[in-house]
Amino acid sequence: MCLAIPGKIEKIDNTFDETFRSAKVSFDGIIRDVNLMMVPEAVEGDYVMVHVGVALNIVDKEEAEQTIKYIKEIGEFDEFERQINGQLPEE
Amino acid sequence: MKYLDEFRDPELAKKYIGLIKGITTKPWTIMEICGGQTHSLVKNGIIDVLPKEINMVHGPGCPVCVTPVHLIDKAVFLAKQENVILCSFGDMIRVPGSVMSLAKAKSEGASVKVVYSPLEAVTIAQKNPEKEVVFFAVGFETTAPANALSVIQADKMGVKNYSILTSHVLVPPAMEAILGAEDNKIQGFLAAGHVCTVMGYEEYFSIAKQYKTPMVVTGFEPLDLLQGIYMLVKQLEEGRIDVENQYSRIVKREGNVEAQKTIFEVFEIKDRDWRGVGTISNSGYEIKEKYSQYDADKKFAIKIEKAEENAECIAGEILKGNKKPFECIHFGKKCNPEHPLGAPMVSSEGACAAYYHFSSDVFELM
Ligand code: SF4
Repeated sequence: MCLAIPGKIEKIDNTFDETFRSAKVSFDGIIRDVNLMMVPEAVEGDYVMVHVGVALNIVDKEEAEQTIKYIKEIGEFDEFERQINGQLPEE
Repeated sequence: MKYLDEFRDPELAKKYIGLIKGITTKPWTIMEICGGQTHSLVKNGIIDVLPKEINMVHGPGCPVCVTPVHLIDKAVFLAKQENVILCSFGDMIRVPGSVMSLAKAKSEGASVKVVYSPLEAVTIAQKNPEKEVVFFAVGFETTAPANALSVIQADKMGVKNYSILTSHVLVPPAMEAILGAEDNKIQGFLAAGHVCTVMGYEEYFSIAKQYKTPMVVTGFEPLDLLQGIYMLVKQLEEGRIDVENQYSRIVKREGNVEAQKTIFEVFEIKDRDWRGVGTISNSGYEIKEKYSQYDADKKFAIKIEKAEENAECIAGEILKGNKKPFECIHFGKKCNPEHPLGAPMVSSEGACAAYYHFSSDVFELM
């Protein structure tokens, strides 16, 4: 559960106030809502490290792409997909 | 090196393995505090390629594993209430309580929902105004900003049927408890990268100094771990005591200040029970008075006696790093992921599960 995974901010869609600032973030094509309160300087196109639905910091594009590639190679991305779909982890 | 080809950069990995071998002249006992790192070290076979002088000891950094049994009992109790929807991270669901796990409660008709984020639980509360939604807020510092944010959002949106059952633990007090123990064997620490992403590593300098124990903030990938171990062994061999940052591409010394503000808006530091380890002073977060209406412990009259641990499981010794999973007589026999006796066999970050799934050598040892 402590996995943090990078995603790309596709569209900032809620700027009601800073607590609710959120965006559609793409994790290698899977789009999810992510809260941006901890990264006030983040803009569309930035890559952010996301943990349980909250972006914790901005990472550079190359770093993010390499991390995703690695996470996919070792099969942890499937685990992440299960998590965001509210499924139980594999035994 | 069965997995070496899968590393981000196999050549560089080989180089670091060589560097570590080259500088190691004495035996060193190193603890990685974080369960995610334990998982990666075992899964990627890193513990097998290190020189035999380096003894990697696995720390208590698995929030699922250290959540006290009576809190799981409380979660089960709440889930069974007619009007409650209990939301939880997936890894918590199969962890045995003293009577049953949340999975068992669910199979008996209790309302248990797996969510990816506490913010989803707030949305569930909004959509089910006739129900009470309780989020089982387990985690280390990494997860605390999200859990705190869920309370702030519920408060701002006037969602009154939302509350959290907190089991928040903090890494630095656990490090101090381990280093301060009489029989401590740990000579160096790999500090957890994502915890430091949030909190920074300023407070580690005084701990390193006081206990004369060097530390390296380290990431999760095999190459990160090899680099972190190299930096730490270098300090140990040179007799230096410092706090260094291997994971600087992600972690800043001061951490994420916005995230810290969010945490301390909602939480304050209190003593906390760690499953298998005992009470560690100032080692957890509790909800501040200001937000007490979102504190499930206060909101519901939960009558749960403090339960005994399953005496067969030696999770405490595992979590303190005194024993390795294969030293437990039940490991892989009476205790396995389908029938876990203790939490470290359930969570993917638990040391017992990591050894069960990935370490073939371990079975040869048995
Ligand atoms: S192998 Fe099972 S019984 Fe033994 S310490 Fe690990 S979780 Fe507990």
